[in-house]
Amino acid sequence: MSLAATDPIIRADRLSRDFRNLKGERIEAIGEVSFDVPRGAFISIVGPSGCGKSTLLRIVAGLLAPRGGDIFLQGKPVTGPSREIGMIFQSPVLLPWRTVLANVMLPAQVLKLPPSQYEQRAHDLLRLVGLSGFEDSYPHELSGGMAQRAAIVRALVHDPAILLADEPFGALDAMTREQMNTEFQRIWMESGKTILFVTHSIAEAVFLSDIVLVLSGRPSRVLDVVEVDFPRARDIDVMGTDRFGDYTKRIRARFAATSAVEL
Amino acid sequence: MIGRLATIASFVVGLLLWEFAIRYFHVPVYVVPPPSGIALALYRGLDAHLTDIGGYYYHFGVTAYESLLGLAIGAVLGIALGAIISQVAFFERTLLPWILAFMAVPKIALAPIFVVWFGIGLTSKIVMVVTITFFPVLINAIAGFRAASPDQIELMRSCSASSWQIFRIVKLPSALPYIFAGLNLAAILSILGALVGEFIGAQSGLGSLIVQMNNNLDMRGVFSVLVLLSAFGLGLHYLLGWFRSKFLFWSPDERNITGL
Repeated sequence: MSLAATDPIIRADRLSRDFRNLKGERIEAIGEVSFDVPRGAFISIVGPSGCGKSTLLRIVAGLLAPRGGDIFLQGKPVTGPSREIGMIFQSPVLLPWRTVLANVMLPAQVLKLPPSQYEQRAHDLLRLVGLSGFEDSYPHELSGGMAQRAAIVRALVHDPAILLADEPFGALDAMTREQMNTEFQRIWMESGKTILFVTHSIAEAVFLSDIVLVLSGRPSRVLDVVEVDFPRARDIDVMGTDRFGDYTKRIRARFAATSAVEL
Repeated sequence: MIGRLATIASFVVGLLLWEFAIRYFHVPVYVVPPPSGIALALYRGLDAHLTDIGGYYYHFGVTAYESLLGLAIGAVLGIALGAIISQVAFFERTLLPWILAFMAVPKIALAPIFVVWFGIGLTSKIVMVVTITFFPVLINAIAGFRAASPDQIELMRSCSASSWQIFRIVKLPSALPYIFAGLNLAAILSILGALVGEFIGAQSGLGSLIVQMNNNLDMRGVFSVLVLLSAFGLGLHYLLGWFRSKFLFWSPDERNITGL
């Protein structure tokens, strides 16, 4: 199964990657994964833990080279980190000695972009995520949800075309997580970015995505490509509908089927 | 408030006990002097002109100059070399073994050699202080530069940061808590280094003053110089603490420390 688009912003072509564990044995993390991401789409990757979701994201980000296969961003092969990418990690990874503003300005500083212009953008984005007034606060003064919001602003500040998110809400409590999901949808709709979103929550993936990429366990391959066609903006109540249940059941059934084969 | 009063009271009671014990047991003043005698000697030493060779200011100035300048040079060398060793694997392979071998040498044993090499002036003492303060700063700096969070480095890499940017923006601030721990140790050692250097051979400085007074069995004088040295050490400690709280306000360790 594959997902083919014309002029995709990300094209992953038969990617594979293995690791050596502590004993020196070769572990195949990513078996063979291909997918295309259409421009402006919100795509989630779900899969059992250890299936190489984060590894896949790091390959797209140019932080890790694939063992086999090719990865293209905007038609060009990836050779290293690109300024067209903003990354959101599992934890906020804010620098504790920097204020919120200095933290979110980090990519602009590293890329040596004109400070005045991007500082204005940082202020606008902080307002968008509800962090106005916290510019001069330090990370230890923020709650977990606020810190992750700052991390989202940091990923957007240099105006990249693509956002890569690696289970960004996994460490938050359930209530905050639901709230962040609706907010993240709004941020995506207002920013017009392409998002590749790794999560282990099937419900989160269905709620947020246009397309859910279902990966198998190690060595991972694409089990299913689920197109979710709820209208935007989606309300959190959509999660209670039968159709939402159908999507999550379909994805769960995929996992159940493969684990039965592996057993 | 009550805690502070208790501290002061314990000091006063301790000094009184000391004073009366000396008087009661008729301890000779050339063995252990009473606090009143030490205070008097301290007063006499401080009641002198700043440039008076017999007064304490001049000798204190010499010792402070040797330790502070030596500490500054040792710290800068230690941080710089620590940065180079932690950044470049080649230097870690080639320099670190030498450094570890030299670290095992008791630095105080080098003081006589330094006097031969650099004379009995200030230089031999400063070299001594540099030698003795360099190692704790270096070892802590290496540990600090290596302690930068892998997540933060990955974040920097994802922004296409150069290794110099990663060093400056993430590794250097991450190393600061370690560097300050090394500096605290080095500050105490710097005074020790200057004194040892002056013991071996010097014409000025608190160490040479102690040697002179000891030869004259002037224990009140020796103890009064010790009081001065301990005040200097404490002052240095608090100065570093002030810098620490300025630079490390963000560090969880720093925020947990109250008072002091």
